[in-house]
Amino acid sequence: MALYTETVMDHFMHPRNVGEIENADGVGQVGNAKCGDIMKMYLKIKDNKIDDVKFETFGCGSAIASSSIATEMIKGKTIDEALKITNKDVVDALGGLPAYKLHCSVLAEEAFKSAIKDYYDRNGIAYDHKEFPDCESCEACRMV
Amino acid sequence: MTTVYADNAATTQMSRAAIDAMLPYMETIYGNPSSLHSVGQQAAEALQNARERIAACLNASPREIYFTSGGSEADNQAILSAARLGARKGKKHIISTAFEHHAVLHTLKKLEKEGFEIELLPVGTIGTITAQQVKSALRADTCLVTVMYANNEIGSILPIAEIGEVCREAGVLFHTDAVQAAGHVPIDVQAQHIDMLSLSAHKFHGPKGIGVLYARQGVPLTSLIEGGAQERGKRAGTENLPAIMGMAAALEDACAHIDENARKVSALRDRLIAGLSKIPHSALNGDPVNRLPGNVSFCFEGIEGESLLLLLDAKGICASSGSACTSGSLDPSHVLLAIGRPHEVAHGSLRLSLCEWNTDEDVDRILAAVPEIVAYLREMSPMWKDLISGRKPFIL
Repeated sequence: MALYTETVMDHFMHPRNVGEIENADGVGQVGNAKCGDIMKMYLKIKDNKIDDVKFETFGCGSAIASSSIATEMIKGKTIDEALKITNKDVVDALGGLPAYKLHCSVLAEEAFKSAIKDYYDRNGIAYDHKEFPDCESCEACRMV
Repeated sequence: MTTVYADNAATTQMSRAAIDAMLPYMETIYGNPSSLHSVGQQAAEALQNARERIAACLNASPREIYFTSGGSEADNQAILSAARLGARKGKKHIISTAFEHHAVLHTLKKLEKEGFEIELLPVGTIGTITAQQVKSALRADTCLVTVMYANNEIGSILPIAEIGEVCREAGVLFHTDAVQAAGHVPIDVQAQHIDMLSLSAHKFHGPKGIGVLYARQGVPLTSLIEGGAQERGKRAGTENLPAIMGMAAALEDACAHIDENARKVSALRDRLIAGLSKIPHSALNGDPVNRLPGNVSFCFEGIEGESLLLLLDAKGICASSGSACTSGSLDPSHVLLAIGRPHEVAHGSLRLSLCEWNTDEDVDRILAAVPEIVAYLREMSPMWKDLISGRKPFIL
């Protein structure tokens, strides 16, 4: 059995939406180099919808695949719809991840949510802090 | 697409000679060496013959060779035997290095919990130690010095003869984990004052699951496995004769061609090192001079090793990395951390380990693939962007 599912390998080998958006409406960066994963996501928001999204990732195969599929999952969605997407949805869309790689999916969720939070902050939009997980509260690092 | 296998430090392909040496001991001479009848006695003769041939490769005597399930078991038995002996004399100080294999480090950790004092010598930035460091660390209550012959990740070869001399003078037992060295660099247990040595057959084209603990005559071993009287009562269980015969053939073959192989493999290695050094913000890990013929270890700043391995694999190149993501934990290799590589740099490591069957064409393919993949991964790395934009300083 291979380490990763076909979907993970497809997104790793052919990542979607890689790059940077200049003048993005929201930017989020999560993870740290010490842990070995950094994800950065850029959002273009139009009429409360995610009009465009791009990512940059330093990390392993599952980190790149998780970022890639997460951008596909949120592109074209309203912000409210995007906020409902969890790391579990990312894992399911990938057809599963090895247990010790689950933190990659958590990072992907945190990355786009942190970009949405940045958009809210820039535009003075009020939000419920509980909707936004942060790296410190996530247990994924300690799960391995 | 043919495979370029450059992970020989993980394991090697078996040689035809080793496979052929095993087959008769599965098909015709399948007896138990402990049996009295002639089928068994044929097996016993073969076992003795293998023991003699392996001993000759190390300049040891046949009765000093104990067959084990591999390098890890040999390391465990060597260390626990010395510790047991030391404890009886009230000596509970053990000297080792920070970058040993986990078979050594985890055994030492266990002893630490039992009240032993473990001193791990720092290995500096090139990843080696000096005999003087060992000498300075020796105490009246030191019962063992265990220092690897050559490092599995970064390829440094340590000054084993000098360390052996220091230990012999002080009357302290000296064990070396020679799993990466055996069959690749000449070993002489007498000239190098080695009391115990571990080796593993699958690192030199022999079968997996078989290894040797050499223990100098007079060094009392403790059994890890109780049962029958095999291996002079120090390792119970019916001998894995086919594997032992394969190991003997492989080690003999490796030792007969040791200089020729080293010349060939180190030429390939040096080409790889020269080529990969051209990648900006990269660095060679390990001792550039005293280095295993087949080891190439690099860190590339701004990328993560597992993605590099997956992309190399997609191009038919098998390699390994000390990155956290390849280890199932979040910490990168303790070896790279021990030589002072910060976490973020250690995550971007690549180990290529060659053997005499690798070719110039393999090196060409690796040199074409690695720079391209490193550049591709850097392009999508936010960490790399921080570095090239000057927001963060380069480390390499």
